[in-house]
Amino acid sequence: MKLFKWITGLMFIAAFVYFNFFVYKGEILFKLINVNLFSALFVLFRVIVGPSAADRIVAVDILGVLIVGMLALIGLHYKQGFFMDIALIWALLSFVASLAFSKILEGRQLDD
Amino acid sequence: MIRETLGMVFIFIGIAFDFLGVLGLVRLPDVYNRLQAATKCVTFGSAGILFGVFLINGFTSFGFKALLGIMFIFLSSPVAAHAIARAAHRGGIPLTRESVIDEYAKDKELK
Amino acid sequence: MKVETKSRITVFILAALVWFALTDIKDFQEVIAGLVLAAVVTLLAGKFFITTTKQRGVPHRIIAAVRYFFNFLWEMIKANVHVAFIVLHPMLPIKPGIVKIKTKLTKDSAITILTNSITLTPGTLTVDINPDSKEIYIHCIEVHATTVDENTQQIGQRFEHILAEVFE
Repeated sequence: MKLFKWITGLMFIAAFVYFNFFVYKGEILFKLINVNLFSALFVLFRVIVGPSAADRIVAVDILGVLIVGMLALIGLHYKQGFFMDIALIWALLSFVASLAFSKILEGRQLDD
Repeated sequence: MIRETLGMVFIFIGIAFDFLGVLGLVRLPDVYNRLQAATKCVTFGSAGILFGVFLINGFTSFGFKALLGIMFIFLSSPVAAHAIARAAHRGGIPLTRESVIDEYAKDKELK
Repeated sequence: MKVETKSRITVFILAALVWFALTDIKDFQEVIAGLVLAAVVTLLAGKFFITTTKQRGVPHRIIAAVRYFFNFLWEMIKANVHVAFIVLHPMLPIKPGIVKIKTKLTKDSAITILTNSITLTPGTLTVDINPDSKEIYIHCIEVHATTVDENTQQIGQRFEHILAEVFE
């Protein structure tokens, strides 16, 4: 059963790699950004399915760090510096949000 | 020219580790294991992407912002992981069935 | 008084350098704005940066910090390859558990950096710290030993002696 799921996932990823790197004709940076968006799809899967609240909090925290890398790539393509400002602010807010979520998960209030 | 090639190599490595970390987030069995895989790999991957961006841009304001982002991610990501793991354990989320030892729960019962 | 003056001068120079690094300087006005902002930061929060007078052995500590940085980078690359191997393996060869180690460090900043390094290195994640008895609870993805001493030997000793050189 485990092996069956592994093979299914491998075929899914192989299909994505084939369509992204060999069929899609775009710039190399856009192909890399597509890989990042595909990772975000897996994170959203964990947000929806996750059996407990802690799994969802982990997924949201990881999504923040992923988006920082993606914004850096977008800024590299458009040659605009302000994307890095957005990335820094996003990292800051995501960190504070994870701390607040974990405090509520522990059962305390925010002003404790 | 060589600087840009080296930067693209770092970006490739970063993207690969990002993807592997997210795969671990999907495959591993409980909160703590998912937190381990995701925190290590995604932090390293995003730092790799930012370092590649710094190499391509050189010592401009864009590059310095990328360096600042690396520093910030390395400081904040382990702290967030630690907070989430502690809160999950105190909130009563159990370890997976394959676990062999849990000294934290033992010591909490003694207190 | 002496310490406070030194702290304020350090903060002024650092704040001005950060402003010059993060701004594209095209005009003289931007330099003046940066110096004014650095002065404001110095007045508001300048005295919290350096608080002790102990200054001996600064070059030695800097060399130890650089050595610690490269050691940490190597451990981190090993950690990522290890996790990637576990994730890609079809049968997921894991044996998780929470173990306890002891530390000999005393300063809060040293313990913080030790726990952050433990989180980012192979197969370990810090869960909680007991500050009274200096014990750290660590979640391992593969548990090798069950007693406290063996785990201290395996997990803590990689960074502890270099951090002791840097901070103590």
